[in-house]
Amino acid sequence: MSTASRLMMSALSLLALVLVWQVAAWWAASPLLPGPAAVLAAMMRAAEGGALQRNIAITLARVAASFVIAMLLGSAIGIALGRSPRLNELFGPWVIVLLNLPALVIIILCYVWFGLTEAAAITAVSINKIPNVAVTMREGAAALSRDLDEMARVYRLGRWKLLRHVTLPQLVPFFTASARSGLALTWKIVLVVELLGRSNGVGFELQTAFQMFDVALVLAYALAFTAVVQLIEIGLLQPWERRVNRWRR
Amino acid sequence: MSAIGIDITGKQFPARAGAPAREIFRDFRLDVAAGEFLVLLGASGLGKTTLLNIIAGLDTDYRGAIRFEGAPPRIAYAFQSPRLLPWRTVLENVALVLPSGAEGREAARAMLADVGLAELADAYPERLSLGQQRRAALARAFVLRPDVLLMDEPFVSLDEASAHRLRDLLRRLIIRHPATVLFVTHDSREAAALASRIVRLEGTPVHIARDIRVDLGAAERGSPARLQAFLVAAGLAEPEALSDEV
Ligand SMILES: Nc1ncnc2c1ncn2[C@@H]1O[C@H](COP(=O)(O)OP(=O)(O)OP(=O)(O)O)[C@@H](O)[C@H]1O
Ligand SMILES: [Mg+2]
Repeated sequence: MSTASRLMMSALSLLALVLVWQVAAWWAASPLLPGPAAVLAAMMRAAEGGALQRNIAITLARVAASFVIAMLLGSAIGIALGRSPRLNELFGPWVIVLLNLPALVIIILCYVWFGLTEAAAITAVSINKIPNVAVTMREGAAALSRDLDEMARVYRLGRWKLLRHVTLPQLVPFFTASARSGLALTWKIVLVVELLGRSNGVGFELQTAFQMFDVALVLAYALAFTAVVQLIEIGLLQPWERRVNRWRR
Repeated sequence: MSAIGIDITGKQFPARAGAPAREIFRDFRLDVAAGEFLVLLGASGLGKTTLLNIIAGLDTDYRGAIRFEGAPPRIAYAFQSPRLLPWRTVLENVALVLPSGAEGREAARAMLADVGLAELADAYPERLSLGQQRRAALARAFVLRPDVLLMDEPFVSLDEASAHRLRDLLRRLIIRHPATVLFVTHDSREAAALASRIVRLEGTPVHIARDIRVDLGAAERGSPARLQAFLVAAGLAEPEALSDEV
């Protein structure tokens, strides 16, 4: 299917979803299930004073910070564990424990130990994401090609050339996989962190709207933010993936 | 160019799930003179690749020593499989083994033209046929101007015309930049066409069954009939095998 017709299909599918929503809203006829028009109006209102944009920007900044930290630390830990069976024996179980700790527990502990600060919020989100990245990258690092490694040794490629031309390209698929699932996970956890311990951002606004039972505002924030995340996915992540994959048959 | 003293007192592969332990070499000695073109013949699974890996320094799990005369040599290894980086173009793969820079890229481009891959320089290896990938791997080995050149069945899966062209290229390159060559093949005619010495390996553990000096002139090496006559005289071929050749 061509890109154009695929976009067409997606648009039709989304349109159908909006229709279902509209019908459900008519049928419920309740302020607790506002229709698309009401949500759009709420979105406009929130955007008028700049509150919507500001809060989305704040949340995105938190997502970006914790995403970058988690990708860097998680990759480093995962590669180290994947390359050294000894390290993996020693610290592999730690990763499993972290992986299975509920996000909420990590968030609460961070706020309790470090106070209701920006640093605590970012740390909490990063710690939630790090074990996922580490596990994926460990898998990639353990599967590095011996053949290519031998080739690099015979031809005495230096450390930098080895890393840049041989090792990192083999890790790219694992890196993109964890970046992809990472972005989705990170922004969901950031909302919870904001709800529990911050006084701005999309999560905080959602909580305020919830306390006033303003469902239209909840949906307005949710949709606007989801759209922004999708734009990042389509505009940034996918082109980058295509670029690094252009050698594939 | 560098003489090589090969002295492997013991090499075995331990038993692994399914495969029993195997002793590949015991008290194996082979001295290769500087500038020699040594062709190794031997049955499949004997240990030829293992021997090249030990010489290349890739396999250090053996008893014994490999000694290179003089300064540590520059080694190039044309592996049994091409081992190109799939995410780099053919040109980048060849230039990779040279110092970075325009000079290296130019040398790589010239070498690709020599192996007949000029048009495919900017393609990715997975879009090449296996024979083309082999030629790219050979360009990578040659472009280094090695002192020691290890080649593990480099011309299999090439048509006879390409193989012939690459054998010529190999000869010319070695004249331009002399190297000590260890060349593994199953094709005894190819062995006679290239070698200054043919060593036939046999058995488990491996021993040297035949060690033959090859003193053929360029004219004899170019003639299939005379190569065949040499092989028959050396006991490396049956007399009637000539029938498939004209
Ligand atoms: N990593 C390994 N672990 C265990 N056994 C191995 C390993 N590598 C090779 N062998 C065994 O050692 C023997 C020699 O292998 P090698 O690859 O050197 O053979 P070869 O002479 O190059 O054969 P061919 O002509 O088919 O390439 C084989 O029986 C093989 O099964
Ligand atoms: Mg072999």
